[in-house]
Amino acid sequence: MTEPTNHEREPSAHRDNAREDAMNAAQGTAKKDAVVPALGLKGMLRWAWTQLTSMRTALMLLLLLAVAAVPGSIFPQRVQDAFAVETWIENNPTLGPILDALQMFEVYSSAWFSAIYLLLFISLIGCIIPRARKHIQQMRSAPPRTPRRLQRMPEYGAVELDEGGPAPQQTLDDAAKILKKRGYRVERRETSVGAEKGYLKEVGNILFHVSLVGVLIFVALGSMFSYRGQKIIVEDEGFVNALVAYDNFYPGTWFSEDQLEPFSVQLNDFHRSFDREMVDGEPGPNWGSPLGFTADVTVQEGTGGEPRDTTLEVNHPLSMGGANVYLVGNGYAPVITVRDGEGEVAYSGPVVTRPDDGVYTSMTVVKAPDASPEQLGFVGLFLPTAVDSGGGLGVSADPELGNPELHLNSYAGDLGLDDGQPQNVYVLDTDELEVLNSREVEAGGIVLAPGETQQLPDGLGEIEFEEVQNYIAVDITYNPGETWVLIFALTATAGLVSSLFLRRRRAWVTAETTEAGRTLVRYGLLSRGEDFSLRDENVALRAQFETTWPVRAPEENT
Amino acid sequence: MSISVLTAALPSINVQLAEYAELFTLIAALIYTLAFILFTVDAVRSSATIRRVEQELAAESGAQPTRVPADVAAGSGRGGHGGAGPTSGDSDAELVDEDMGYVGTRRPFANVAVALTIVAVAAHAFAVVARGLAASRWPLGNMYEFLVGASLVVAVVYLISLIRRDLRFLGIFVLGLVVVMMVAATIGFPTPVGHVQPALQSPWLAIHVSLASLAIGLFVLTFAMNLLQLVQSRREKALAHGPSGRFERTVAGWQFMRLVPKAFSLESWAYRLNAVAFVFWTVGPVITGAIWAQQSWGRYWGWDPKEVWTFVIWVVYAGYLHARATRGWTGNRAAWLSIMGFVCIIINYGVVNVYFPGLHSYAGLPE
Ligand code: HEM
Repeated sequence: MTEPTNHEREPSAHRDNAREDAMNAAQGTAKKDAVVPALGLKGMLRWAWTQLTSMRTALMLLLLLAVAAVPGSIFPQRVQDAFAVETWIENNPTLGPILDALQMFEVYSSAWFSAIYLLLFISLIGCIIPRARKHIQQMRSAPPRTPRRLQRMPEYGAVELDEGGPAPQQTLDDAAKILKKRGYRVERRETSVGAEKGYLKEVGNILFHVSLVGVLIFVALGSMFSYRGQKIIVEDEGFVNALVAYDNFYPGTWFSEDQLEPFSVQLNDFHRSFDREMVDGEPGPNWGSPLGFTADVTVQEGTGGEPRDTTLEVNHPLSMGGANVYLVGNGYAPVITVRDGEGEVAYSGPVVTRPDDGVYTSMTVVKAPDASPEQLGFVGLFLPTAVDSGGGLGVSADPELGNPELHLNSYAGDLGLDDGQPQNVYVLDTDELEVLNSREVEAGGIVLAPGETQQLPDGLGEIEFEEVQNYIAVDITYNPGETWVLIFALTATAGLVSSLFLRRRRAWVTAETTEAGRTLVRYGLLSRGEDFSLRDENVALRAQFETTWPVRAPEENT
Repeated sequence: MSISVLTAALPSINVQLAEYAELFTLIAALIYTLAFILFTVDAVRSSATIRRVEQELAAESGAQPTRVPADVAAGSGRGGHGGAGPTSGDSDAELVDEDMGYVGTRRPFANVAVALTIVAVAAHAFAVVARGLAASRWPLGNMYEFLVGASLVVAVVYLISLIRRDLRFLGIFVLGLVVVMMVAATIGFPTPVGHVQPALQSPWLAIHVSLASLAIGLFVLTFAMNLLQLVQSRREKALAHGPSGRFERTVAGWQFMRLVPKAFSLESWAYRLNAVAFVFWTVGPVITGAIWAQQSWGRYWGWDPKEVWTFVIWVVYAGYLHARATRGWTGNRAAWLSIMGFVCIIINYGVVNVYFPGLHSYAGLPE
């Protein structure tokens, strides 16, 4: 029988774990399959374990994992933006708390997501260990015994030699040599040759799955020992890697403070470049979009290291003390001095503003809680290139400092800073405050260019806009697991490739003397798993046989 | 203070080339549309083709056609006629090769469509290269360029596959998708040629996005194959055992499906391509994406919406590969997983890019 049966041509029947079945069937060894759960606890546990480590469970868990990951892309996640989560919950007072209770805002650390992937990996380990053991055994033992009827193999061929051709034993020797040359591991048997190759396919599969475990472990370990922090550095200021210096700090579970290697970064200067392409004498379509940000910094590693000048750019982090420093943001920091009603300096220094659009229209909040007789607060915008949009309303026309202006309202009253509640530096709750300056009141709003000063009404003080400085926002991250995660990702890929594209094949050759006294060599090929080129192997093998022996009239092969 | 006109290291845009790029994108889109129409005509006319082939075969063997003439069947396809359908399964063997090799079947419309696709790909490739040269960078820097570039990869992958295998039956699907992508790019995301923001100025952009496009190019083929597989297996069942239900009756009458290989063969080929595509997806979006994210944002994986969907797609296709080795999950069930994977890809690029905010400000959309 040379043509696969209809049954084998069915989409599903002949390869599955099923694949194993098919192979066993082809070799005539039946395999006991379903384990009937024995009574008793031990039996139950064993049964549960068998279920958990079954291919079907793995598949279900994989699909479940895919579904479970989706909500994290729909709802804001705390790890990324805690503020967005709070806003979401506030805006959805009914649904918000329910989803929060269901951990929809921290999907990837939620109990249910963790349960799924932990089960999956337990299943994986439970699956891979016996597989690996079995495979080691197979690699050590001889190729499988020769089936009785090679005709039953998916690929089969026979060549009849001319009279006077080599005797069966000689052809088997030759066949063994040929197969060895083709990369098979060969066993010469009394009346046949058994051969197998492609052991690396299964090795690859195991390597792939083990590497996934490696990835998971180092992702977990890495994040436990990691830290991540954020810091805003204004021009001429420095940052020293110590806990107190961070604006925000997110330690891993097992972080300890002595993991912070000492280093420092000082911002000397900052350069932005924007698209200034002219098209036909007009600003082009991308005019003003950012092209490059470069921070000139002085860094110092260790406590006594030499300070050295370098640059920090997007996509080019600085690596120091095992940590990496990333340039993640930048903006303008107008230097402002506030004097209170008694002429004392109540605030003086650069104010970090928050750019909200491509032209750096920047949210500006200044708080002067030390002012007396009343605390003073200012809220408004910093505009790098202010233009009048009509009616005296200023807008920014360009991200660079063409015509910098501060447009502020001012307030007096209790800023609410005394009760120790942490406050967002970019927000000033003005509901309870008395409005001093605003476009709505008689005194009007405050509009300042660098070097200008404006008096507040009622002799409550004055505000001076001195100059503009730059600031950068940096992320400092330390994750000792990264390298290992990458290594395991790469070994996983290597394993995947060999698992998917190598072919595990078995070949058997028998030889006998026909009634006519000629030597008849039969051979059969069987593949484990998908093999679309088994027929090519058949053809190649046959070609080699034909050049080795005097083969009789070409007989139809398959 | 005055605006410092930038003496940036970035070379200036070549406006002339940029215009050519846009022009040739449109030309390519037009030719693709024509090819798509011809593929459709080919499918519609397939009953005539089949009739002719049958007559030829009949003439060759000097025997009478043994089955109900195709024109009777074609006329009654919609009317839902009962019985075992107009054809017997075996007869298709003369029309298609189960290994998707080329057989002698003459399909002039499809052939012209393929020729047009080749012309369109040439124009398209010129447009993409010109755009890259115009901006002196890899031309995959925003949603427009991604759609135009990825559709080029889809078309090229299809043409390359055509060299070895007769995949003309996929023409409608592939060309349809290419046209949709190019129309979406031109209408949905028109973007003038320009430099890219600092975060995208990285060699990883080219590697990461190109590999993703390659994977998608292959997934498109498998998606279409798996869809056809589902239809074909229903049709095979209907032809073998008599159609049950309206759908099977309709499908049994679809002459076009006779030019499509058997479900088994579709499944095998989809698997082979999916395996390759899965490796591309693993290396491209997943691994190089993580490497780049680490360099750019300081963490290799942050569950940004785009990253979430990249992961979901990876897991779904891993599920598909598993299903192929799981008892009771091969065949059509596995095909559904492959189809789901592609639906996730569509969601990733069509929905996530556009509606979900995230760090991947790749779409280049106004805030
Ligand atoms: C972390 C979750 C898992 C992922 C992402 C995953 C992924 C994959 C992929 C991509 C393949 C195809 C490549 C190949 O054929 O080697 C594969 C194959 C395989 N996996 Fe997994 N796997 C996971 C868990 C498991 C588990 C839990 C089991 C055991 C029940 C398992 C058993 C297998 C087997 C037996 C194959 C070979 C199938 C064949 O013969 O083609 N995997 N896996």
